Amino acid sequence: MKMLSKLIKARETGIMIALVLVVVVATARNPTFLFSPDGFRDLLLTPSILLLLAVGQAIVIITRSVDLSVGSVLGLTAYLTGRLFIDLPGIPIIAVFLIGIVFGGLLGLINGALVAFAKVPALVITLGTLYAYRGINVLWTGSDRINGSDLPSAFLSLGTSSLFGIPWLTIIALVVLVAAGWFLRTQRAGRELYAIGSDPEAANLYGLKVTQRVLVAFIFSGALAGLAGVLYAARYGTVSSQAGVNLELQAVGAAVIGGVAIFGGSGTVWGAAIGAFLLLTINRALPILGVQDFWQRAVVGVLIIGAIVLDRVLAVRQSRKLLEMRDES
Amino acid sequence: MTGTTAARTYRDYSQPLWRRLLISREAAVIGALALVIIVSMMSVRAFAQPITITYLFLDIAPILLIALPMTLVIITGEIDLSVASIVGLSSVTVGVLHQNGMPIPAAALVALLVGLIAGAINGALITMVGLPSLAVTIGTLALYRGLAVGLLGTTAVTEFNKFWTDLAKSKIGDTAIPSVVILIVVLALVFGILLHFTTFGRGIFAIGLSPEAARFSGVNVERTKFILFMLSGIVSALAGIYYTLRFGSARGDNATGLELSVIAAVLLGGVSIFGGRGALPGVLAGVLLIGTLASALRLANVTSDVINVITGTLLIASVVGTSFLAWARSKRARPGGTKGSSPTATG
Repeated sequence: MKMLSKLIKARETGIMIALVLVVVVATARNPTFLFSPDGFRDLLLTPSILLLLAVGQAIVIITRSVDLSVGSVLGLTAYLTGRLFIDLPGIPIIAVFLIGIVFGGLLGLINGALVAFAKVPALVITLGTLYAYRGINVLWTGSDRINGSDLPSAFLSLGTSSLFGIPWLTIIALVVLVAAGWFLRTQRAGRELYAIGSDPEAANLYGLKVTQRVLVAFIFSGALAGLAGVLYAARYGTVSSQAGVNLELQAVGAAVIGGVAIFGGSGTVWGAAIGAFLLLTINRALPILGVQDFWQRAVVGVLIIGAIVLDRVLAVRQSRKLLEMRDES
Repeated sequence: MTGTTAARTYRDYSQPLWRRLLISREAAVIGALALVIIVSMMSVRAFAQPITITYLFLDIAPILLIALPMTLVIITGEIDLSVASIVGLSSVTVGVLHQNGMPIPAAALVALLVGLIAGAINGALITMVGLPSLAVTIGTLALYRGLAVGLLGTTAVTEFNKFWTDLAKSKIGDTAIPSVVILIVVLALVFGILLHFTTFGRGIFAIGLSPEAARFSGVNVERTKFILFMLSGIVSALAGIYYTLRFGSARGDNATGLELSVIAAVLLGGVSIFGGRGALPGVLAGVLLIGTLASALRLANVTSDVINVITGTLLIASVVGTSFLAWARSKRARPGGTKGSSPTATG
């Protein structure tokens, strides 16, 4: 057990080092990347929304599912946020946050119910809801868009302002991250998610409430995507029907880079969060390093493949080590 | 993709052949397709015209093409998410080479080679390194798209010889059917025979049902999967060449997101995401169903975005429906019996 935890630690340390390296190299080239108020703010602010999605995605992937609908959920909630402010002038900001989270959670509940009760793989269901939610969004939004002038200034400043130099968005994302990390590590229900992901049949035989836990994981993911949608509106001010398109693959990518095994049972939300940071920081660092930012996606691809190859090598090495230990004893 | 095989029943074979065919998933999709066509012809003005067929096939040709190898890949229990990125990469390859003076046929050959290599990289990572295809192809989805966008940036190559762009849009003789349908029919026959009438094809099903059992019965699991991913790469590249010529434009972001449409169509056509189940006729009907619905709705002046809702809902309804039917059958077969351990939901 001790060895295992060490190994997992090593996994996140590795990606953390990669992140620090990117920041150091970019800063050496151009000091304003880190050492300017804007640079430091953007460094923290840019990955915050993806971080939320990656945390939700990690929780779902740990149970051996996947949620491809998060980008569409984010888009729907972002538009809902704008509509709430337009249609109900004077609505308290906290109420909008709550509505966004609950709405996202409901969309997640639909995913989860279909996956858990109909026993259909999550990949298929959430691929379907990816289309369906986005389609509903386009039907509802049409060619309309939410503009910054439609939103209260207090809400907009939430998207860009900081507390002690740390953007509010980042603070919210970090609070969610710590809560999710604590839940998965120490809580019984959290540990059960790992058990279900390692072996759903065994978890079922052991008496774990597999259906219920998977359902909750999807509600989590949906609610976090809902929260991310509200923050998206605050951060960018403009919301069209295309908000959050293709974000789902970035979220899955962040989780995979962070060491969350795609077939469940292993990984942490911390890793997924660092993965999200690494993805978007590289994105910003490339132009500084003299690489055209068109190449960013290629770098992301290499990173994802590198991360899973690394995981594979580590897993093979560990199983060999365990075999040796067994033979010795 | 790691569906348990223990609960698989062979009850189906207790029925006569005609009944099995009649109640199969494929029959349901083909029936739905016929229904959509009939209803559209009666209620949508201008639907029952030759031009509808022309545009229908021109538009869904890339999906039809890529759905062929995708069906085989999914039946082995794997998945290839990188296909649309290979379409983009192939499109950019043709564009860049042509811009530098290479004639289209030569550029197209190089693009096919690029597709083959892209597929081989997927296959090598999956079969030789032993990585899950879902994760690998999410990575190569980003990688290949990144290469395509990196090579051309935001520019587009639009200078193509009119002969080739016209060929992509041409029709067979005086009919309304586009020439590309010939290519699709030939490839569909090749893949259909490969899947349903060869030892290689039986191996594909065997791998999907149980890789272990397939290995013990002499199927070369790694080689089969490797070949399938290469096929997927080369057919995607072919679709990329068609896409480029049809629109007369090579761009890095061509066909972004197409992989999801292809997979949705394949699953709608009755292929099980767990592997081991599916048939090409059902898949072709699935692609045509989505395409026909889309063009009928467009002609009926429904905004084209409703199609997304319908694609998504159809996909969910079809899988949930199947699952529900199986559940109902198991209830009927064993009234009051123990709950069947149906395959668990996996990513």
